[in-house]
Amino acid sequence: MRYQLIGVNHRSAPLEVRERLAIPESRLADACRDLAAHPGIEEGMIISTCNRVELVTHTTNGSADLRGFLHEHFHLKAEDLDPHLYEFREKDAVRHVFRVASSLDSMVVGEAQILGQVKEAYATARAVGCVRGQLDQLFTRAFAVAKRVRSETAVGSSSVSVASVAVELAQKIFGSLQGKNVFIVGAGKMSELAARHLMAHGCASIFVANRTYDRAIGLAQKFNGQAIKFEDLYDSCDRADIVITSTGAPHAIFRREHGEQFLARRKNRPMFFIDIAVPRDVSPEMAKLDGIFAYDIDDLQQAVSSHVADRRKEADLAESIITSEIERFEARLHTLDVVPTIVSLQDHLETIRQAEIDRVRSRMGLLTPEQEMAVESLTRGIINKVMHTPITTLKTAAREAEATTVIDVVRRLFNLHDKEKGLASQAKNGEASGKNAEDTGVGSRSDA
Amino acid sequence: MALLWLRFALACYFIGLIYAFFALSRTSDLFSRIALHAASLGMVFHFVSLVELFLSGHVVWASVHNGESLLAFFSMTFFMIIYAIYHTTSPGVVVFPIVFFLTFVAAIDEQPVLLTAFVQHKGWLIAHIILIFTGYAALVLSFGASLLYLLQERRLKAKKPSSLISFLPALEVIDQIGYRSLLLGFPFMTLGLITGSVVAMSAYGHIDFEDPKILLSILMWAVYMVMVLTRWNSGWRGRRAAVLATFAFVAAIVAWAANYFSTIHRFAAS
Repeated sequence: MRYQLIGVNHRSAPLEVRERLAIPESRLADACRDLAAHPGIEEGMIISTCNRVELVTHTTNGSADLRGFLHEHFHLKAEDLDPHLYEFREKDAVRHVFRVASSLDSMVVGEAQILGQVKEAYATARAVGCVRGQLDQLFTRAFAVAKRVRSETAVGSSSVSVASVAVELAQKIFGSLQGKNVFIVGAGKMSELAARHLMAHGCASIFVANRTYDRAIGLAQKFNGQAIKFEDLYDSCDRADIVITSTGAPHAIFRREHGEQFLARRKNRPMFFIDIAVPRDVSPEMAKLDGIFAYDIDDLQQAVSSHVADRRKEADLAESIITSEIERFEARLHTLDVVPTIVSLQDHLETIRQAEIDRVRSRMGLLTPEQEMAVESLTRGIINKVMHTPITTLKTAAREAEATTVIDVVRRLFNLHDKEKGLASQAKNGEASGKNAEDTGVGSRSDA
Repeated sequence: MALLWLRFALACYFIGLIYAFFALSRTSDLFSRIALHAASLGMVFHFVSLVELFLSGHVVWASVHNGESLLAFFSMTFFMIIYAIYHTTSPGVVVFPIVFFLTFVAAIDEQPVLLTAFVQHKGWLIAHIILIFTGYAALVLSFGASLLYLLQERRLKAKKPSSLISFLPALEVIDQIGYRSLLLGFPFMTLGLITGSVVAMSAYGHIDFEDPKILLSILMWAVYMVMVLTRWNSGWRGRRAAVLATFAFVAAIVAWAANYFSTIHRFAAS
């Protein structure tokens, strides 16, 4: 288990640092290739989301220079980056990956997005061949653990995303959302999601304004809403109680004077602005007005994080699931560690068997097919019977974490050291060789 | 006996008072239920106390302490009505301490001061007292709601959601509580002042506008009306509404305190 992980997340590093490390989707595959080509790294993949950037690797000797890779790849100075980095090895790295996939390390504990993001990162790295046996094992298990955590705990049950936090905030302001109107400014995926949540909670009608009018019509139709020309935005915006804004405008589109205008027309009934645009659409000056409640993306995420406390208890349960899963995973890995030894032991004995059969043939001349078969099954039977106990012992020992000692003894007894090297490349893919071992029908007790 | 019951009520309200102190720092469903039950029980004692006072025939309608007791009871009634409609105990944060204070003062001793003025129409006097105290109680609620509104608004603006936010009802609900109390209280207050004037007219034959009690009552009523109007016309909420409500509340207290300076609305030792 020579896993090694390095990274930054929302707790360890401020946004400015995370921004500099973020790798866009289009460049992720190349970055993975670079990582896998870095000295000492056998397999590598990169998880890059808005809250974290992590390199997960399997190394040749358990201590690859991952920091060096980050400095080189992102042209960052050690003193700028290193204080924000965390690094995990072996069991700790496994735990971290499990926690990330299960959304226990997320800003919003239990949010479902992260699992999808990790799966995408995994698929990308796998497609370019940077994820093979070891990381494949790790992540396949991590996905199963995430599924288990989700189904056995309530970590993911209550409101999770920024969109649903927006709904909760709206309820803090308006109480019931029945009959409230929603205005979407700038048709985007996230604002659509937020609108969907709001409508599900009883909001009455929806208005959509977008620079491209056709897109506004398209989105409005989805909700049975009304498209508004962007020029008419300021005239009709006061009809909405909740405004979701996410335009790509370089400056704030809602300024103080607009806010004053809206409030006057609304007789000071409060308005809630969900500003998910970066840079922000609502000016801080306008947000100061009494009766205007503007939450930008950071505020929403902060609100989201306050749920962490509520979920602490469920998260504890999830942590204990992860701990037990790590033990299972370790046991399985050890079993895999003994597989190359089993394979080379089998090869070793098979070579002896073949050599002996050849010798018998040369002495006795040509054998009849029946005789040939009899010899074949006799020799094979002896070897299988003899091998059964050692292989079972090896596998059991592996699960009990004594693998190294037992493997060492077996190798010495059968003088397997030289052969092992030749098998190294073959053994790299643990899963495949595991299958070989079982195909021979020897000691095929299933594990983990 | 009436005083004993009142003291029982006071003990119950004390639990409400403790709740009011802790409710802002932590949320506990259990605690708010206990406070609610204690307050209900307190109201029963309080009611018994008032009924007994009435039945004993010794009722002195115009006694300061009876008045305070009555005002406390009305405020609690409003609180319970709001609880029935909105299922929130949060106005208790403001109402409980005020009710406790009023009941406490009322329960100290029996009838120290009485209205000295000669009153011909007892019916008008009773109507005046009940109406004006209902108006006061509504004002207390409205004042409480406007403070809670301000608090909730600040919290939402500060963008630091905490347990307090979940304890307070939604901003618009608080707003409704305040506004409805205000609207409900206004006619009572107005009618209370009118009946008061009738009593004064019948007693003195004229109304002395230079009397501090009358001046302050008119001022309070004016502020009250400004609150209703600004709210009605331009929907004043939050800070501005809270300032007005505080002003009206202070005016109400001062108008009450003016009993000690007024020549016509005077109480004296019994």
